[in-house]
Amino acid sequence: MTDQAITTDPELDDNHQSGLASFWFYFKENKGAVIGLCFFLAICFIALFADFIAPHAPNQQYREFFLVPPVWQEGGTWQFLLGTDAVGRDMLSRLIHGSRYSLFVGIIVVVGAVSVGVTTGLVVGYIGGALDTLVMRLMDIILAFPSLLLALVLVAVLGPSLTNAIIAIAIIQQPHYVRLTRAAVLGEREKDYVTAARLAGVGPIRLMFRTILPNCMAPLIVQAALSFSTAILDAAALGFLGMGAQPPTPEWGTMLAESREFILRAWWVVTLPGLAILMTVLAINLMGDGLRDALDPKLKRS
Amino acid sequence: MFGFLLKRFGLLIPTFLGVTLAAFSFVRILPGDPVLLMAGERGVSPERHAQLLEQFGFDRPLYVQYFDYLFSALSGDLGQSLVTKKPVWDEFFTLFPATFELSICAIIFALVIGLPIGMLAAIKRGTWFDQSLMGAALVGYSMPIFWWGLLLIILFSGTLGWTPVSGRISLLYYFPNVTGFMLVDSFLSGQKGAFSSALSHLILPTIVLGTIPLAVIARQTRSAMLEVLNEDYVRTARAKGLSAARVVGVHALRNAMIPVITTIGLQVGVLMAGAILTETIFSWPGIGKWLIDSISRRDYPSVQGGLLMIAVIIMFVNLVVDLLYGLINPRIRHKG
Amino acid sequence: MKRSNLLLPALLATTMLMAGAAQAKTLVYCSEGSPEGFDPAPYTAGTTFDASSKPLYNRLVEFKPGTSEVQPGLAESWEVSEDGMTYTFKLRQGVKFHTTEFFTPTRDFNADDVLFSFNRQLQSDHAFNQYTAGISWEYFNGMSMPDLLKSVEKVDDYTVRFNLSRPEAPMVANLAMDFASILSAEYGAQLEESDTKDMLNQQPIGTGPFHFVAYQKDAVIRYGSHDEYWAGKQPIDDLVFAITTDASVRQQKLLAGECHVAPYPNPADLDSLKAAENIKVEEQEGLNVGYLAYNTQVAPFDNANVRKALNKAINKQAILDAVFQGAGKAAKNPLPPTMWSYNDAVEDDSFDPEAAKAMLEAEGVKDLKMKIWAMPVQRPYNPNARRMAEVMQEDFAKVGVEVEIVSYEWGEYLDLSKDKDRDGAVLLGWTGDNGDPDNFLAVLLGCDGVGGSNRAQWCNDEFEALIQKAKIVSDKAERTKLYEEAQVVFKREAPWATIAHSVVFMPMSTKVSGYVMDPLGGHSFTNVDIAE
Repeated sequence: MTDQAITTDPELDDNHQSGLASFWFYFKENKGAVIGLCFFLAICFIALFADFIAPHAPNQQYREFFLVPPVWQEGGTWQFLLGTDAVGRDMLSRLIHGSRYSLFVGIIVVVGAVSVGVTTGLVVGYIGGALDTLVMRLMDIILAFPSLLLALVLVAVLGPSLTNAIIAIAIIQQPHYVRLTRAAVLGEREKDYVTAARLAGVGPIRLMFRTILPNCMAPLIVQAALSFSTAILDAAALGFLGMGAQPPTPEWGTMLAESREFILRAWWVVTLPGLAILMTVLAINLMGDGLRDALDPKLKRS
Repeated sequence: MFGFLLKRFGLLIPTFLGVTLAAFSFVRILPGDPVLLMAGERGVSPERHAQLLEQFGFDRPLYVQYFDYLFSALSGDLGQSLVTKKPVWDEFFTLFPATFELSICAIIFALVIGLPIGMLAAIKRGTWFDQSLMGAALVGYSMPIFWWGLLLIILFSGTLGWTPVSGRISLLYYFPNVTGFMLVDSFLSGQKGAFSSALSHLILPTIVLGTIPLAVIARQTRSAMLEVLNEDYVRTARAKGLSAARVVGVHALRNAMIPVITTIGLQVGVLMAGAILTETIFSWPGIGKWLIDSISRRDYPSVQGGLLMIAVIIMFVNLVVDLLYGLINPRIRHKG
Repeated sequence: MKRSNLLLPALLATTMLMAGAAQAKTLVYCSEGSPEGFDPAPYTAGTTFDASSKPLYNRLVEFKPGTSEVQPGLAESWEVSEDGMTYTFKLRQGVKFHTTEFFTPTRDFNADDVLFSFNRQLQSDHAFNQYTAGISWEYFNGMSMPDLLKSVEKVDDYTVRFNLSRPEAPMVANLAMDFASILSAEYGAQLEESDTKDMLNQQPIGTGPFHFVAYQKDAVIRYGSHDEYWAGKQPIDDLVFAITTDASVRQQKLLAGECHVAPYPNPADLDSLKAAENIKVEEQEGLNVGYLAYNTQVAPFDNANVRKALNKAINKQAILDAVFQGAGKAAKNPLPPTMWSYNDAVEDDSFDPEAAKAMLEAEGVKDLKMKIWAMPVQRPYNPNARRMAEVMQEDFAKVGVEVEIVSYEWGEYLDLSKDKDRDGAVLLGWTGDNGDPDNFLAVLLGCDGVGGSNRAQWCNDEFEALIQKAKIVSDKAERTKLYEEAQVVFKREAPWATIAHSVVFMPMSTKVSGYVMDPLGGHSFTNVDIAE
């Protein structure tokens, strides 16, 4: 199914030197991607320096200020720019700190899924045989369940928490990487340059990681960007169903779930975390599109 | 072709066994148990607890339970819900039509809007029109749908009062459940207004569930079209002076449909995941909400049966998509 | 096979409904969840009782609407023997069971039905003891009926006698509970004959104000008025439960006129509901209590002064504002104020962090670290335990006590919190079953409950003696005195921090009249009318 995404091109190898420059040349053509990148960098900055940027501590309760509206609305105060939630915590500070969790989820999931998935894919693709069959059937089993449902059951098994949500999401993303890498390896394995390298006495591990892997990087990078945004969405959905980060963690999905009951009375506690999720995911997807266009020579031409 | 079919089926058997094993073992390692949950604050004595677990058959060795489960599952017996005491099979098929109806509507919605958007964007490639359509599609693709649903309810049902808030049909209408599909049943009932009531209840959930497939289809259609439009035969057709509409409509679209069909097939899993969230928000009596409830009640047979049935449905759809793909594009058959 | 079974009656019902559709008065109730079944006895959930025992059945004695006192139901009168071990009930005559598409009664209600209803739960060899595989009688067992009830015997057609194994003052109140609903023995026989016993739980027959019409799983339950109801025909013709699990959605439906009554509103939305023109909001204090139970067997919480000091550190007003959004009342006793024998003279520990700090120092407690267990679910007595724990965490930090909040899956939570060596204080609560103080004090604080429902693991001789005596004495005035005294002992010893009693709100359309709120938390539509 994912086989069609494999579009490794020897061309890419030829201009390896200028790879980065050419990548940037194509990437910056795409205005959306550049906007996405800027926004994403801004979020990274906010997440890194949340302690300095946030006007209040995220879990500090101001008992005099339950559900204060944002500053531009009647009843708002400059003390709380985006208002407060049901126990008097500053929304802006919570949203700022929430960026940490979302990025954290994205990064850990991608790192986890890529490292495990790619290694598995390389190994089973290279070795083949019974191991290959076994792993691929295992991936089929994971793919037979809708991803969110599987994550939900895994979290129910492990116990609801952010860590377990991350583990569950990383597991459900495995098959994409394994299949992608394996297919690429199968495609490359018999090519001349690999055979040549093998004859020259290059060991299997070096062959896998140094010779074959670089040739299937492009689709992997695109897939990683996609994983990053789905991971954030899935973590938020789990949080929304009460199976992700637990309160008072200012994770956006959890904030949404916690404040759902105020939807009519205090729009800001419900709308803002959702908006934060949407913007972040959108920025990453814009970037992902840019990456794909810049890395995928086939689409580049069109 | 027959060999290909046989091979595909052969692959399904180990996957099916794996799926039953997965569903079975997930449920066994869930912390907590239904007896404790049902007893609530009142509690249950340790002796009675043991007695009830025995009654449910949870005290036998795991492998015995598994094989027992596997063989009954093969004969269509998924056990009995611990909560309602009804067969899980019956429960699943009472609720399935609601989810199916919603999913079909969502896919139709996604196709009816997504295909033209993708085509138009491809034809007008590079213009502001293309960019704004694709921008909107990307927003849809990035949407946290649980939040989207809440917003739509507030706006359309709350503030504007245009659509009903939840449920499948106005309660004024009451007719027998013939097919389980509200649109069909309401039509068959012949009651005035029933059909439009059922339709109006479907609008918001359809939009919410259809948003992501819509975005995916629009994007996929656009890139497939672009690819086809670049092919030599289309260029030739154009050069021969065939009208743009004819080129696009007849030649390009047909070839662009192949990847789009695959995409639609792949959306089934996405729809099921989306159904869990959509049904939760709209109180839609389907299997998504049922599964969530069953998990939180630790209703083992229901969770187990539900997981298994959904996996089987997804496997089946993937098989059909593969076969279709093989039919349209014979090259695949030999590659497999 | 089942499908065709359901289809025919549904068709018949349709035609009947259509015929009378013109003037039918229909009341729509947006219920909060699906019933587990329609036989109330195997279940414990209020949602199930709302859909089964309340509309469909009667009990020998009933709770007087709006109170937790009992009044005659299917029994017109009863007598208790001198030794308190025999209860004799005189049954009401001329009571009709429902006539529906699936059952036509040939006789009125009599003693056989009472025996059927109780014996199926009591006798393990009864034909209906296991009428569906895996069924169990949770409430019957939970109220220790198998030990308590020796036998139920038929004296004549309209007299039944309950023989107990020991005196039990709350017995009559127990018989007003949902598990004691009276089912039709004749219907049972019919189902047994056709080998469809499990229909008892799916197509119910009772004597109640409404009869069952149809249930679409997770969506709608329909009832019709019982024309021959012994207490008079209902003002409405059709009662519909529209199952709507989400509170915000329920409220939207109410505002949009899609339903007439919608329970469990979000406290946050009460103001907007009260402001709406076509909505009225009724309220009543619930028969419940939410508490924080210390483990009184683990140091330093075995010291009553430490417990008292912590109680003084809790800002209950902040909890009421942040967690209950005003839908709660601060609790000082383990009994709710609507319960008889509530001791209003007891004085609550005042909120005083300074004094609390001083008391802790006086007891030599420094740098105390403790756990607070927060329930993972929403309950009537505690709408958001997590948030409540967060507020307490802040409060305790101010007196130098560091709190870690822990939580488990609900079933595990209930189980693990019973442990005598449990580390930490537990947030939990209780909703009354039968309006008897024994149901709170003995269950939650009695010595028998240590290692079980007594989450404080608290066994105090003085308190125990009082509640044990009150259980045997049948004179209500004397029992009241004993319970009042027990509450004084409780407050002095402070095994719990009593937090709040929730106030239950019931928003409904202004067209609805005659709805009486039930302090026991049920929802009954008996004698409710709706204006056209």
